Amino acid sequence: MLPETTVAELEQIAARYPEKRSGLLPMLHLVQSVEGRVTPEGIETCAEILEISPAEVSGVATFYTMYKRKPVGDYHVGVCTNTLCAVMGGDEIFARLKDHLDVGNDETTEEAPGKKSITLEHLECNAACDYAPVMMVNWEFMDNQTPDSAVTVVDDLRAGKEVTSTRGPRICTWREAERVLAGFPDGRVDEGPAAGEASLLGLRIAEDRGWTAPSADASGETGTEPTTAEGAAEEADTARAETETKQQEAADE
Amino acid sequence: MSDVNTLTPVLTKDWGTDRSWTLPVYESRGGYASLKKALTMAQDDIIAAVKDSGLRGRGGAGFPTGMKWSFIPQDNPKPKYLVVNADESEPGTCKDTPLMMASPHVLVEGVIISSFAIRANTAFIYIRGEILHVIRRVQAAVAEAYAAGHLGKNIHGSGYDLDVVVHAGAGAYICGEETALLEGLEGRRGQPRLRPPFPAVAGLYASPTVINNVESIASVPSIIEHGAEWFSSMGTEKSKGYGIFSLSGHVTRPGQYEAPLGITLRELIDLSGGMREGHRLKFWTPGGSSTPLLTDEHLDLPLDFEGMAGAGTMLGTRAIQLFDETTCVVRAVLRWTEFYKHESCGKCTPCREGTWWLVQTLAAIERGEGSEADLDLLLDQCENILGRSFCALGDGATSPISSSIQYFRDEYVAHLTHGGCPLDPAASTVWGSSLTRSGA
Ligand SMILES: Cc1cc2nc3c(=O)[nH]c(=O)nc-3n(C[C@H](O)[C@H](O)[C@H](O)COP(=O)(O)O)c2cc1C
Ligand code: SF4
Ligand code: FES
Repeated sequence: MLPETTVAELEQIAARYPEKRSGLLPMLHLVQSVEGRVTPEGIETCAEILEISPAEVSGVATFYTMYKRKPVGDYHVGVCTNTLCAVMGGDEIFARLKDHLDVGNDETTEEAPGKKSITLEHLECNAACDYAPVMMVNWEFMDNQTPDSAVTVVDDLRAGKEVTSTRGPRICTWREAERVLAGFPDGRVDEGPAAGEASLLGLRIAEDRGWTAPSADASGETGTEPTTAEGAAEEADTARAETETKQQEAADE
Repeated sequence: MSDVNTLTPVLTKDWGTDRSWTLPVYESRGGYASLKKALTMAQDDIIAAVKDSGLRGRGGAGFPTGMKWSFIPQDNPKPKYLVVNADESEPGTCKDTPLMMASPHVLVEGVIISSFAIRANTAFIYIRGEILHVIRRVQAAVAEAYAAGHLGKNIHGSGYDLDVVVHAGAGAYICGEETALLEGLEGRRGQPRLRPPFPAVAGLYASPTVINNVESIASVPSIIEHGAEWFSSMGTEKSKGYGIFSLSGHVTRPGQYEAPLGITLRELIDLSGGMREGHRLKFWTPGGSSTPLLTDEHLDLPLDFEGMAGAGTMLGTRAIQLFDETTCVVRAVLRWTEFYKHESCGKCTPCREGTWWLVQTLAAIERGEGSEADLDLLLDQCENILGRSFCALGDGATSPISSSIQYFRDEYVAHLTHGGCPLDPAASTVWGSSLTRSGA
């Protein structure tokens, strides 16, 4: 059974929503923060609270890649190997870490006395491509990595040294991170900068050259937008939007 | 450069300011003034202003935002909902993430104004789970907004109530598709829904729902503050306003550049210091991996909805991924195709089976196995997916393949004649750039 405080917190999550089943994704994050993975007990408890079957909860848990059936280590290290990062060096970083930690994808380092454990996984694009190659530790950004810098990060993590995100706070444990995802803040929000350097490049150039958005009295032609949904869909980018809107109009008639 | 304002920071304006994510800093820079103004306006006038501004969705499809809002049937007695799509997972896309990290309050302010306009009393911000610090910043901004009376009951004495829930996803690209997102938000597997009914009529909990991208909603406060004419004074004839252009890959300074729609790639590459030294542009995506590739022939096209459609591609999310001549296009396309296969939700056969076959065929070609007829087989497979799959993920999976065969057929053939990839992947890496200089 899960601790009583956890059950109470799971109920609290469900109560945030007009319909309690909406709480399931954050509830599973909370289960992972307590259990280190999605356990059968966690599934049972969520199912009971939401008054759905354990099979339904299980079906959801297996759909999303952040939910883990196998125990996750103290730290989750992800290397982006989607095309942009892979080309910029992510493939080399991932290969180097597999070799250095002696694990395969989605595997955890062996327990060793005095050492923290790491689960290694390759990731899809993590919305940080301007900082490629990108690595994530417990879903915190480690921007602009090289194979050597990545090895230093995992060695420091294993040795229990404090590691700080290149664009964020001091790294917490994977379980602590999962708790934040469940909607329970950890007080680290004010750590780290507003933005990394790459995010600021356009702004800096604009400031240097005195470029700004127009003044408030600027005026452009309005009313150029299409007047029918169908016209809008034809201008919209996807052929799909078009067929859908036509279907909708047909259905409306 | 002429004296025109090539870049126009609006959403990115505060990102360099110390503690920009906090309420006091946001308010000291004029934040929440638009909310106060909006609360004195008639709700239909807000919708009209957004319509008149010409703002088109910033999440990829470019549907007019004000028109979407006007589809909400106000005579429907059910509650109305606003859902912000902060799932940002389209490969190459990296604009909403820094926006929410540096300026979460501009999103929250936009959420309040937009919800007020469509008469929603509950709004959700669905953020992909893999960006922890961004989630912290948005959670804190929402808490600060409640404490300041910008959220909650009877906001600033207007009689209007709004609650906002920050919801973390759990890793699924498909949950960026709006109906799959609703499934995720209802605690289910993220598989797209059949339409009609459309979300505007029967969305979250079968109630009228508006779903908009982060950047679309964050643009609303500026439209209310300065007016629709101000917004439409930027951009091109049918693509109004400003947008964040995200440059990544083999440019000297990858990063975020906020400019009026219609800027060209040549201008953007110039601003970012050119392609990395000694190399030249080979291919690029205008708006993420689901938008067909372009080449160095397309440097001077306006980056707006029409300009990109005219070149057979899409503006998408303005996620410009640039690759130089060291990059193997087959390798790049295979990796994206593996992504689509992995992220296919499995609901429909053309996409589930099709993406699997695409990977098989491409991987064989990359190894140098097969014959030139396999290229036609690939195009055939694409034809069987495009327009036949249940949602746009399947369509998107075909974009890199068909466009790369169009522009780089020779390079595919070279893999077959060479018995594998003729290029050295080490040369494309950040640290490998010094290994091979083309001298171009
Ligand atoms: C596979 C797929 C993934 C998508 N991912 C996103 C996303 O991460 N963020 C987003 O805003 N829109 C995404 N979209 C587009 C949404 O379905 C929808 O069009 C958009 O959120 C509407 O907002 P907008 O009109 O403000 O752009 C995706 C669409 C598809 C088909
Ligand atoms: S196209 Fe792919 S992602 Fe979309 S519904 Fe079909 S299987 Fe799912
Ligand atoms: S491709 Fe790696 S973060 Fe986008």
